[in-house]
Amino acid sequence: MAADAIKAGLVRRLWDADLAYSFRRSPVAVVSAIVTLALILGAVFAPWVAPHNPFDLSTISLIDAFDPPQWVDGGSPDFPLGTDEQGRDVLSAILFGARISLGVGLFSTVFAVTLGITAGLIAGWRGGLVDAFIMRIADVQLSFPAILVALLIDGIVRSTLPHDQQDQIALVVLVGSIGLSGWVQFARLVRGSTLVERNKEYVQAARVIGVHPMRIVVTHVLPNVLTPVLVVATIYFAFAIITEATLSFLGVGVPPTEPSLGTLIRIGNGYLFSGEWWITVFPAVTLAALVLSVNLLGDWVRDAFNPRLQ
Amino acid sequence: MSALLELRHVRIELPTRRGTLVAVDDVSFSIGEGEVLGVVGESGAGKSITAAAIIGLLEPPLRQTGGEILLEGGRIDNLPPDAFRRVRGKQIGAIFQDPLTSLNPLYTIGRQLVETIQTHLQLGDKAARTRAIELLQEVGIPGAAERFGAYPHQFSGGMRQRVVIALALAANPRLIVADEPTTALDVSTQAQIISLLKRLCRDHGTAVMLVTHDMGVIAETADRVAVMYAGRIAEIGPVRQVVKHPQHPYTVGLMGSIPSIGGALGRLPQIDGAMPRLGSIPPGCAFNPRCPRVMDRCRVERPDLLQADGTLAACWLHAEQVAEGAVHG
Amino acid sequence: MIVFLLRRLLQSLAVMLAVALIAFTLFRFVGDPINGMVGQDATQAERDALRESLGLNDSVLVQFGRFVGRTAHGEFGLSYQLARPVNDIILEKMPATLELSIVSSLMALVVGVTLGVFTGLRPRAASSRLLLAGSLVGVSLPTFLIGILLILVFSVWLRWLPSYGRGPTIQLGWWSSGLFSVDGWRSLIMPAFTLALYPMTLIIRLVRAEMLEVMRTDYIKFARARGLTNRAIHFGHALKNTLVPVITITGVQLGTVIAFAVITETVFQWPGMGLMFIQAVNSADIPVMSAYLVLVALFFVIINLAVDLLYYLVDPRLRLQRGGGGHGR
Repeated sequence: MAADAIKAGLVRRLWDADLAYSFRRSPVAVVSAIVTLALILGAVFAPWVAPHNPFDLSTISLIDAFDPPQWVDGGSPDFPLGTDEQGRDVLSAILFGARISLGVGLFSTVFAVTLGITAGLIAGWRGGLVDAFIMRIADVQLSFPAILVALLIDGIVRSTLPHDQQDQIALVVLVGSIGLSGWVQFARLVRGSTLVERNKEYVQAARVIGVHPMRIVVTHVLPNVLTPVLVVATIYFAFAIITEATLSFLGVGVPPTEPSLGTLIRIGNGYLFSGEWWITVFPAVTLAALVLSVNLLGDWVRDAFNPRLQ
Repeated sequence: MSALLELRHVRIELPTRRGTLVAVDDVSFSIGEGEVLGVVGESGAGKSITAAAIIGLLEPPLRQTGGEILLEGGRIDNLPPDAFRRVRGKQIGAIFQDPLTSLNPLYTIGRQLVETIQTHLQLGDKAARTRAIELLQEVGIPGAAERFGAYPHQFSGGMRQRVVIALALAANPRLIVADEPTTALDVSTQAQIISLLKRLCRDHGTAVMLVTHDMGVIAETADRVAVMYAGRIAEIGPVRQVVKHPQHPYTVGLMGSIPSIGGALGRLPQIDGAMPRLGSIPPGCAFNPRCPRVMDRCRVERPDLLQADGTLAACWLHAEQVAEGAVHG
Repeated sequence: MIVFLLRRLLQSLAVMLAVALIAFTLFRFVGDPINGMVGQDATQAERDALRESLGLNDSVLVQFGRFVGRTAHGEFGLSYQLARPVNDIILEKMPATLELSIVSSLMALVVGVTLGVFTGLRPRAASSRLLLAGSLVGVSLPTFLIGILLILVFSVWLRWLPSYGRGPTIQLGWWSSGLFSVDGWRSLIMPAFTLALYPMTLIIRLVRAEMLEVMRTDYIKFARARGLTNRAIHFGHALKNTLVPVITITGVQLGTVIAFAVITETVFQWPGMGLMFIQAVNSADIPVMSAYLVLVALFFVIINLAVDLLYYLVDPRLRLQRGGGGHGR
């Protein structure tokens, strides 16, 4: 009984908490959360939600190619958003494409965060040469725009691989290059926090007692740094999605066997002038909606966690 | 002495998400020509907000919702922004606490002076520059002509505050509102600045409203002093009286808690409790929860400023001394 | 200041060396350059001889040194794909990219600062909020998407502007320019705007945020207390203080325009260095790729140095460090 009452109270308290309050109060945050959620769910469950499987060659027929969307003359409810040049359903392609886009975005963000946190912890904890070295690299990398770094790493690694292996590793290389272009911000953040904590008395006391540095770091430094990392990570997530889409659009991103939203846009771009606008426009709108909502959510997260605005 | 500045029942509110808070509640006082009025109180008592209202720089969402502010008999609190702008600087000057942040770091002090002079006085560039240098000399900046082209960060704190004073006096205002002008300075500089301010105001006949939490400064500089508590005036009167013979229990506590060089003390006396926050001001007299001489009436009715021995105090202890009813100072 | 400059120069040199190392590694480890240069039926002896004559048997360090030397002189070798000297290709494409980048940067700067100041001064106006929402869109949307959208609207539907290429250009020495004909501008406008949008929105948000911060400072408060006109406050004091910190970030942002040009050039088939790079990646044309890498790195290093210098020049607080701080009291 008491446990239930406590649990109910907890939910009530969460709901009334400042964070939730600010969320509920901001229609923008709510709408963007809904949109993001819908897209994510659609993408994750694409194999079950999509009306067709655009990768199953047996279900595709050229006869269906270039069908316009359902509400235009010549369209059919079979392919609500039309078909592309090979007869694949655009809606299904979008759902699967969003899956790839989100997947790459997520993994590269996780990679960047992990790499950044590790580098930052080491640099902040060890100090001295190690710190100087890591930070020097970080500074240099920061003087180049992240997208360029991702593009360069991706392009260079790809061209050093033998041609037949390119497609197989392309995804890994892509995630790696986007992640590598972004670790720096997290490293700096974590390093700063680590430096602050390291000099505190309780940490020094723990070291004297002989507590393993890893433990100190994990139990004390990490929790302090999680909030700002989270804020930056949401912003970075949007950037990762954009970068993947851009690289795929340029032809150096995901392999053609697993088209992401960027790839779809590139393919459709060739048909703009001949009138089959839907092949590009719908993936483009989806991408825009996805990025916009993630960005808005990130903005809200940042404002909600900003101590100065409270 | 005719009143240069007069506040009548001024009320300033702060609307918040959780209701409207009253920052300044029915405050009235006046300042005569050339007079120095000190305004003391703890942080949050409403002194700075009152000062801001007088200069017309109340930050929204703070709003004046009641009362009048009159300068030389004419209302200024309801002036349109551009008209008030002309009053500021020309009639009323202001000095703030931190001289470093009061000056624009990217402009020379000379330029900032000339700009202020030319905004209010019709002077050409050369004449303005001459006057600027005169001002700098007057406030005691050595080598004024050479320092004309220097930047704020090239001065020490005391010098900077002198520049700020020069800027405030540039257009020869009738009244200067000084909000904690010495708090950011070290003690010896404080003394210099205070004496400078005194001298200048005496020479120019400028009145001063000196807002501070430092009683020592007031004792030295002011002619009269107003003690503010929780947005209201607790006591107001000539400086000597208020310091030597305070009539309001709060003022008594304040004076008692200032150690004097002569006597020996066991413990520093203090007033129990703390000033209430804006949202939790008790009914009746705001001081009643902490007052050692509280009566039942204090908890219910808010006292007006009543005639006490030599000063005016907002305290029911003096109700018996009222001859013709409450008097506003 | 000299020390600072020297340190930065050394840093830049280190960066360039690192980049040269990467480029060199590319050359050495990607395929065998010999294969691209001789026919199928060259004998082993001939290959060996060629190897020797090209210095490919020397130690890695020597080869690297030679590479650095050649690169420093601007010799980038022959393109694998096009069998032409890379230098020629670069000289041919550079004007296109530079014109695009410069026009875009100017657009972003002028429009960005203007709108940023406007929304900063009137943050609550409806137009400001609209602009802010719009700028969020500009920051969110990927560059290529904006380009495609513009093409869709202006080329496909309205048929006002050409969707690819540079239009007619005239030759001025080795520079080909499209700026001197109306058609050249018609081709330039969409890519320039696409490229400008991202930095423009960043500048708007930055200038606005900085402006809002500045308007809350004490020196602005003091300026208002002195009765300075709104125009003097906004455009004299606030603007200058806003732009100083903004300059550095803006400078860096405009530098990134070169990077984003890769995307824009691809969307619009603009014959510049960016498009050249993408084509090189797709055809594994190492010499071109490494040349682009080195050039771009050089460009960023220079931009960063220039911005550091600019900051130093603009903020008097930094400048006067060497003279020794403040003068006496």
